[in-house]
Amino acid sequence: MLDVSNPGVPADCEPFTMHVPILKQRDYLIASIQSVLSDEDLLQLRDDLSERVGQYRSRGVIIDVTVLDVIDSFATRTLRTIAHMLKLRGADTVIVGIQPDVAFTMVQLGLTLEGIGTALDLEEGLEYLDRQTRRNVHNVK
Amino acid sequence: MLSETRVPIASAFDIVTARQQGRSLAKELGFENAEMTLIAAAISEVSRNIVEYAGHGVIIFQPPNNGARRGLSVIAQDKGPGIPDIAKAMQYGYSSRRGLGVGLPGAKLLMDDFDIVSKAGDGTTVTMKKWLHNAK
Ligand SMILES: Nc1ncnc2c1ncn2[C@@H]1O[C@H](COP(=O)(O)OP(=O)(O)OP(=O)(O)O)[C@@H](O)[C@H]1O
Ligand SMILES: [Mg+2]
Repeated sequence: MLDVSNPGVPADCEPFTMHVPILKQRDYLIASIQSVLSDEDLLQLRDDLSERVGQYRSRGVIIDVTVLDVIDSFATRTLRTIAHMLKLRGADTVIVGIQPDVAFTMVQLGLTLEGIGTALDLEEGLEYLDRQTRRNVHNVK
Repeated sequence: MLSETRVPIASAFDIVTARQQGRSLAKELGFENAEMTLIAAAISEVSRNIVEYAGHGVIIFQPPNNGARRGLSVIAQDKGPGIPDIAKAMQYGYSSRRGLGVGLPGAKLLMDDFDIVSKAGDGTTVTMKKWLHNAK
C-alpha cells in the first residue's frame, strides 16, 4: 500500500505557506494537497512538479485534491496549465479526490478539466496512470 | 448573524479567509453543505477579481434586509479601475486578461441574486445573495 502518512515535510513552515508534499512512487509522483491552497501555493506546486518530473524522470503525476473546499476558475486554469506543462515534460497527470459538492459546483460553473485524467482516489489514479503509460509505450512501437 | 462581517482583501491569501468566513456564516445560517460550497466558490471568484484587477478591496457579509426572508448577502467592493463595459464582462468566456472569463457570470449562476455596479475609474461593487430555501 501507499504510505502517504509521512511526507517528510514539516506541516507548517510559515503561517501562510503550505507545502504540498510530493512523493515518488515507482516512476510516478504523488502530490497530496494537505490544506486549502492559496493561488501562490498552486503556482508553487506547478513549479515543484515540473522540476521533479525532470529530476526523477517521472512518467505520471497524481494530484490529490481531496481537501480542496472549492475548485474555482483560477484553480481549474492552474490545474490545466500544470497538466499541460507536465505533458510537455513527458508525464501524464491525473487529478484524484474531487469531492461531490466541489464537482457539483464545477458543473454549475461549466468548468472542465479537459485533457487531464480524473479518478476517484489514489488507488484508481495509479491504475489510470498504469493504463495511460502502457498505452503511450504501445503508441511508440 | 445580526451585524455585518468584513474581510479586507489585499492578497490571494485573503481569498481563502473570505471563503472560509463565508462558509462558516452560511453554516451558521443553516445552509446545506452543497450550498455552502456554491457560496464559497462565488466568494472565491469575486474576491479574486478584486486581487487581480483592483489590488485591494473588501468582502462584506450581511443578513439581507428583506423582511422575514432569510439568507446571506455577499458584497465585494473595491475602488479599482472599474469595468468600462459590464455587459461584456458578464459574458461567459470574456476575459480582459488570460482568464477563463468564468468568474462574474459563474458567480451569478451560483447565487440567487446578483447585481454589479461599476464605472470606469470609479471602482466596482458586486452584491450577491443566496436565500435559505429550507427555512421553516
Ligand atoms: N473588480 C473588478 N475591477 C475591474 N475589472 C473587473 C473586476 N472584476 C472583473 N473585471 C473585469 O471583468 C472581466 C470578466 O471578469 P471574470 O471574473 O468573469 O473573468 P476573468 O477574471 O477574466 O477570468 P476568470 O474569473 O475565469 O479567471 C475581467 O477580465 C475584468 O476585465
Ligand atoms: Mg475572475
